[in-house]
Parts: sequence; structure tokens; C-alpha cells
Amino acid sequence: MDLMEYQAKELFAKHGVPGTLGVVAHTPAEARAAAEKLGVVVVKAQVKAGGRGKAGGVKLAKTPDEAEQHAEAILGMDIKGHTVHRVLVAPGASIEEEYYFSFLLDRANRNYLCIASVEGGVEIEEVAKTNPDAVKKIAIDPGTGVDEAKARAIVAEAKFPEALVDQAVQTVLALWKVFVEEDATLVEVNPLARLTGDKLEALDGKVSLDANADFRHPDHEQFELGDETDPLEAAAKEKNLNYVKLDGQVGIIGNGAGLVMSTLDVVAYAGEKHGGVKPANFLDIGGGANAQVMADGLHIILGDEQVKSVFVNVFGGITACDQVANGIKGALEILGDEATKPLVVRLDGNNVEAGRQILQDLAHPLVTMVDTMDGAADKAAELANA
Amino acid sequence: MSIYLNKDSKIIVQGMTGGMGSKHTTLMLEAGSQIVGGVNARKAGTSVELAGKELPVFGTVAEAMAETGADVSVVFVPPAFTKDACIEAIDAGIGLLVVITEGVPVQDTAEVFAYLDGKSTRMIGPNCPGIITPEESLAGITPHTIAGKGPVGLVSKSGTLTYQMMYELRDYGFSTAIGIGGDPVIGTTHIDALEAFENDPETKAIVMIGEIGGDAEERAAAYIKEHVTKPVVGYVAGFTAPEGKTMGHAGAIVSGSSGTAQAKKEALEAVGVKVGKTPSETAELMREVLKNL
Repeated sequence: MDLMEYQAKELFAKHGVPGTLGVVAHTPAEARAAAEKLGVVVVKAQVKAGGRGKAGGVKLAKTPDEAEQHAEAILGMDIKGHTVHRVLVAPGASIEEEYYFSFLLDRANRNYLCIASVEGGVEIEEVAKTNPDAVKKIAIDPGTGVDEAKARAIVAEAKFPEALVDQAVQTVLALWKVFVEEDATLVEVNPLARLTGDKLEALDGKVSLDANADFRHPDHEQFELGDETDPLEAAAKEKNLNYVKLDGQVGIIGNGAGLVMSTLDVVAYAGEKHGGVKPANFLDIGGGANAQVMADGLHIILGDEQVKSVFVNVFGGITACDQVANGIKGALEILGDEATKPLVVRLDGNNVEAGRQILQDLAHPLVTMVDTMDGAADKAAELANA
Repeated sequence: MSIYLNKDSKIIVQGMTGGMGSKHTTLMLEAGSQIVGGVNARKAGTSVELAGKELPVFGTVAEAMAETGADVSVVFVPPAFTKDACIEAIDAGIGLLVVITEGVPVQDTAEVFAYLDGKSTRMIGPNCPGIITPEESLAGITPHTIAGKGPVGLVSKSGTLTYQMMYELRDYGFSTAIGIGGDPVIGTTHIDALEAFENDPETKAIVMIGEIGGDAEERAAAYIKEHVTKPVVGYVAGFTAPEGKTMGHAGAIVSGSSGTAQAKKEALEAVGVKVGKTPSETAELMREVLKNL
């Protein structure tokens, strides 16, 4: 889960990363009230997307009036498909220099990586291109992590100014605590700024948390925001279904993430011949394709008004196809009149004959069986274009 | 021959007494695997009967290995305990560690991977279907009934796509099929499996299945160019996946320009790997290759 800046800063504060939290405002009036307390402020759009500044989502406000006006303009703004529901009103800072710092999971090397640069913060990607030597990459062994000696080595290699070394070491250690103690896959500070008076502060923050580790972080639930989630995705989450809403007409249900991704591709190819219809969602029902799971899945997909047909693509590995067929049968009974869109079903693998027999005997007017994945995708696309 | 696993492999199951563990231990026995026992500290000294076989439960992996000569462990313990289970098995010096458990925190896996350095254990997974050498042995959850023995080596990030591809090519069969898992950090990579298949005389051609996220397929392509002489056919899932959305597998997320299915396909094709648009087309490409061998 990617956190918004103000959420990342809450975790920073919890672990002692220097910085100021600011005030989260949902309305222009709240932004004004915050600015009246804080003085000169920066009004910053809170969305899970980069490039906020370039999109006009970050503005300096010298007076409460300006803060109110900026909040008015920024709230409701669309930044890369994300609507701005809240702004962070952060105290203005007098910046002398900007640095970049991050810890992240390095998939390729299967360890962690620290990236640090004292040459510019916000323009780090440009620096990485024009002056790669100024961007230090330091591997971190997940077995030993970052202790004070390692933090000092990082600070030395990144060439933090002499006057800031001790503050930088403490900041690196605090950010490391955020990374390991919160089970993050990314902790980024950009910019990490040298303020007037040689004070080091995290002026912005980006944190991605590992959902697999949620079981040891019940407090991370607070970071999930209802207004940021698609209602269908929220409903699916409640049923523990792995669902992602897409923009298309063919609803997809399958088992296993890889097979479902493959199903989306095959439907998109088939759609090219049928008016350009596209897959409407990703939905992985996993191993347990019983009636209730199937009904929950169908209920979510049929709730998507864009959906014109549904493709159920199951390869019976551990799950037997007769169980899946009974699941579909049961789901249609549970849904009753709610089931109004054609269903194309492709079953293969474990106990496939018994599974197909169950659906044949059912002879439901909405259900079409097709033997192959390609053929079924074609049929589902055709029905969605009808 | 085969890779990593054969009829002589002696397998123990960590978490054998749990629901998933006992169900799949039964299926592994039915597949012909030599399961020699399980590990559960709280049930040490007891035994469990599965598929008509009496299986002893040991307190530790080390004890199980000493008593049975086991060289493979399959891990079904819940995510919160997976790291400790793996470290225990690595400390005991197990040869092959197959971690089926889904939902392991990635920092736990990264720690286990760091711990493997300099040790004798090969880890497969986590979050994977494991490995099958058809008609010999199964260490994992792949249905043994899909396909028999044959000339094709298969390595895949995805479980169900492994099954689908085995089904598509059941007329030829497989030397070994290995599901390496879709997590961001995994023990055995496409490259490891490619190297093993290249060195396995029974494997005549290799199917490699990838999916969006990371750059493992691109690195595998570079490896194929330098080191693999056997024909390789590829498939990549996730062409239609939108940027920035996780599609089930923790690793399957496209961020920015790299990691896309298109980039992976192009990297593979650039080194002479034929890449199918769909699983069935991929199987068809493999059939062409096998006919011409």
C-alpha cells in the first residue's frame, strides 16, 4: 500500500525522523484556519501519485487568504486520475540545500538498497541522468541491516556536509527504523532539506508498506481511506476477494493470479475482433471456488454497470472442476434474478468431465460452455459486443 | 534425469499436521513422492496416517533429517512462522527447501535469502506451487495427473499458468516443471532453472513463463543469449494490466516503463526466444520446436 505524504510523515514522526507534520485540511476553511496558526505555509495536494508540483498541486501561501484560495483550487483537482480530497498545510521552510534519500527493496539483487544524493533533491531523476556519480547506491544486507557504523558509512559516502553529519546519521537511523519496523518496501525523503541554521528536515515523504506484513501491523489499517477506493474494490475487499476494477465490458473470474492476468490478455486480443471490447476487471478467486465465493465474485462483477458479459475461466488444479461447476450453479441460485448477463464458462483440468456435465444438466439460459480458453474468450467478447 | 528433484528424493513436510499440509502430503504421496515424515515441535513423537502411510512427526528438521535421511523439505506453515521454519531447515542443512506458503512478508523472505548465502540449501518460492518431476516425485501442490514425463522443462512465476501449460503440452510431457513464485523476492529464479535445464540431458527444450513486474525476464533473456543452447519458448502474462496496480502476485505490479509485458517480450525475442501471445499459441510454438528436434 502506498501512503500519502501526511501518512508517511506520521510514521516519520513516530520513529524520530526530523520534520514537521503540518495540518491536514479537507476544506478551504480548514486550510485557512491552519495557515492562521502556522504563518507562511505550503498547501500540498494529498494523492498517491507523483508529479504533484508539476500538476499545480503544491502552492506557497504567504497569507491565510492565499492558503484558502490555493486549497479551493487544489481540492477536487484531478492528478493522474486521482481526485484530491485533502491537502496538507505545511509550515513554510527556508531551504538552503536539497538532498535525496531512500531505502527500498531491491528485487533484482534480493536485498535492500539505500540511495542518497546531496546534489539536488526534487530533480533527482535528472541528476541521476546527467551526473550519476552524485547519486550513491549502497547495498544493505537484510541480515545485518543498518547500525550506527553503517549509517555513518552511508553519510560519508553520500558526502553530507560536515556540519550536518551527526544529524544525518540520526536521520538515516530513524528512516531505517521506519523501513524495518513498519515493514516498508520503500521509504523516500525528497527533499531532505538543509534549512537555515544547519537544520536537517524531511520536507516530503513517500512510504510503501508490504500488505503481506499487515498481520503484525494492525495500526496500518488507519491508512486505508474509504474515499480513495473504488466502491466495487471496497466491496470485494470486504469479501476477501482479489479484485481490481478496469475499464472494459467483459467481466473476468478465474483462479490464480497468473491465469487471470493471462485471461485479461486473451480477452483483450479477442476483443479486437468484436468492437474493441476489453476486460472489465481482474478477479482471482484462488483455490476455493465454492458456491459462496463464486456468488460473491459474480455479485461484484454484475454490480459493475459497464459489464456486458462474464467469462469464468478456471483450470482445476487442486480445485476439482465439479466443485467449480457446483459453485457456479449455487451462485446462480443465490443470485436469482440478479444474474442477468451472459456467462461464458471454460473449465479444464481436474475432474473436467464431471464439471461440464453438471453445467450441461443445469442448462441455464445465461450459461454458455466453451472448451478452450481462446474460444471462450472469443465468445465472451462477442456477447459483450452484442 | 531431471532437475532438483527425482524418485530418490526423500521429503519431509514442515506443517504436515495442518489443514493444507495434510491435504497436500496426501496428494504428494499419491503422486509417488517418498514422504518420510513431518515436523511439528508440539507434536513430536506422534505419527499421522495419510494415504495409507504412517508418517512420523519430528520435533525439528535436524532430527527428521537424522532419522530419515531426508534431503527435501516442503513448507506449509503460516506466513508469520515461515521465516523461522526456513531458517531452521537451512541450519539443518536441507538440500532443497520448497516454500509453498503464500503471503510471507517480503522482508522475511529477504532475510531468509540473505541467510542462504554460503549455505548448502536451494530455496524455491515462497508463494509457489513447488516442483514436480512427473512419474517420479512431487514437492509441492502441482496436480500430478496433468501431464507425464517428457522432453520439456518448464519454469514459471505463476501456479495456474504452470498447470495450464502442462495441460497444453500433455501430449509431450515434462522432465521437470517448477513454479518459482510471483513474490518480489524468491529463492530460485528463472536463470537458476534455465541453467539447471541446460545441464539436464533429459530436457530437450524449455518453456519459460513470466509476468509483469521486476526485470527477471529481461535478465533471463541476457542469460539465455550467453549460456543456453537448448531451444526456449516464452510466454508473458499481463499485457493489459494497468500501471501501478497490483494483480494478485505481490510482484506483479508495473511501475514506470520497465517491467511491462511488452518490454519482457521484446527482450526475449531479441535473443531468439519465440514468445506466444496466449498459452495455447505458446504451446503451439513449442510443438513446432519439438517436431524439428
